[in-house]
Amino acid sequence: MSNLIILPLMIPLFTAIAGLFAWRSLRLQRWISFVGSAGLLVVTVAILVTVSGGEILVLQASNWPAPFGITLVVDIFSGFMLVLGALIGLATNVYSFKTVGPGREAFGYYPLCQIQLMGVSGAFLTGDIFNLYVWFEVLLIASFVLMALGGEVPQLEGALKYVTLNLLSSAVFLVAVGILYAVTGSLNMAALAGAVPNIQPVGLANTLATLFLVAFGIKAAIFPLFFWLPSSYHTPPAAVSALFAGLLTKVGVYALIRVFTLIFTQDIGFTHGLIVAVAGLTMLTGVLGAVAQNDFRKILSFHIISQIGYMIMGLGLYTPLALAGSVFYIIHHIIVKTNLFLVAGVVNQLRGTYHLKKLGGMYQYPLLAVLFLIPAFSLAGVPPLSGFFAKLALVQSGLATGDYAIVAVALVVSLLTMFSMTKIWGEVFWKPLPVPEQEGEGPGLTADEAVRIMLIPVSILAAITVALGLGAETIFALAVRAAEQLLDPTAYINAVLRQ
Amino acid sequence: MEVLMAFVIGGLYAAGIYLLLRRSLVSVILGLSVLGNAANLLIFTAGGLTRGVPPVIPAEATAMSGPFADPLPQALILTAIVIGFGVLAFTAVLVHRVHQNIETDDLDALKNTDRLD
Repeated sequence: MSNLIILPLMIPLFTAIAGLFAWRSLRLQRWISFVGSAGLLVVTVAILVTVSGGEILVLQASNWPAPFGITLVVDIFSGFMLVLGALIGLATNVYSFKTVGPGREAFGYYPLCQIQLMGVSGAFLTGDIFNLYVWFEVLLIASFVLMALGGEVPQLEGALKYVTLNLLSSAVFLVAVGILYAVTGSLNMAALAGAVPNIQPVGLANTLATLFLVAFGIKAAIFPLFFWLPSSYHTPPAAVSALFAGLLTKVGVYALIRVFTLIFTQDIGFTHGLIVAVAGLTMLTGVLGAVAQNDFRKILSFHIISQIGYMIMGLGLYTPLALAGSVFYIIHHIIVKTNLFLVAGVVNQLRGTYHLKKLGGMYQYPLLAVLFLIPAFSLAGVPPLSGFFAKLALVQSGLATGDYAIVAVALVVSLLTMFSMTKIWGEVFWKPLPVPEQEGEGPGLTADEAVRIMLIPVSILAAITVALGLGAETIFALAVRAAEQLLDPTAYINAVLRQ
Repeated sequence: MEVLMAFVIGGLYAAGIYLLLRRSLVSVILGLSVLGNAANLLIFTAGGLTRGVPPVIPAEATAMSGPFADPLPQALILTAIVIGFGVLAFTAVLVHRVHQNIETDDLDALKNTDRLD
């Protein structure tokens, strides 16, 4: 029993409420939100340090014993995800100060971000599959409003697609949970881990597993369920798309990894084989989709899809090294991808557009150029940055299990990612600024102070990327322990059910 | 009874998906609502439709004996209905705003965020 792990839910909730009380003062809202996000980061780091020794923290809500009440559980994997959620929340929060604009801030932007963080933390904490559905809905409704807030036409259009497909996924998830309860009589994930292998016939369990794969697959944007992502992520303000790009699809990936290591391990050949095949197709379609795009954020959106493929590739291979690779990949990806979206926002701030054909000459800002190159090279997997070690672990484990096809795909996609990043580099930073057309978009909202504040989170995230690469040994060792916990969930089950 | 319900739910799913695939904006809302109801009905049916006593443990016993109605699926559905209602209200407002701005009911007019430019 540990009351510490309720704090990642309580802090954002009370920060949001405090923000609502400060409705009229944007200045106050900003500071409340900043203090709340910083507090969340401190608490989640404390949780990660506590669980890193191998202990599993469990909280039974209202002290109802395990299979009946709602359980909150934190193992190393959840601990990592909580810290990353808080980190991205804080980074985008600081970034928002000068970029989101009073028009959006006045309509509850900061409280909504906090509710979003609460939903994300809840999804990482819960040990109950129906509760997971509820947290998904919390984070979805907050993201729906954030996506549409401001009411620009592209935003509304993107939001409509985003909302429809995500609600469809929720319906599938709900049905899967209902049938799972009808078959096993339990909703507690630890209890389900014991009940699902006994389902007869095994085809029924496989059907349920596939329903969960579809439901979480839509949220994680895997092939062929990703279409909502590239048509919506480039429409909201930079801070919002960075928050979404860093966290939302990864909640789907987290749910996939949790469910397919803890609950559905009855027929590895079928379920995890399917996941490997989907992983390869996800990588390829994502990276090929990016090649054709000419919008800074659209290219990055397609790369999210491609990178999701790597994360579930580790899940599909299902060896300790592969899962550790997946966990490390998620850590690396959340930081790098958020950072790239933030850099795109800085470029937009300076030049007033995201369109590659209209951009150019950004080499005048050497610091910004370096801050783009670090995450871009890391995304492509250039040593010694974090992406290299993540890919190395996945490729090694693929070679060890003899899945040469997926390894080949992973390496080719890595090369194509490099191509995409050099395309952005060439178009945005290296080529001379094209002569503006007669009517022209004019200069952006250049304000040195704004850019300086925007560069703070960008620099910190870039520094973390470098640190993750140079200090990969420590983090990777922890990721290996997380993978061992995932592969042998006995400790998790015993901690929850207190056997 | 379960067989009949299976057909009803199947019909609702078909209707919901059909409505979602129509080109009209309004039928998107209707489709999502029908789909949500189909899901709720499926959970209700999957919980079993056998008639039984309410799940109240008699004073002299410590556990339920004999068949009883499982209250948990109903509780799940109740939660799902509340969530579904809130989300649907948001969708209705969103569709209204989209219609105000784009001034058409045709989903084919909503291709701008997917266009290459």
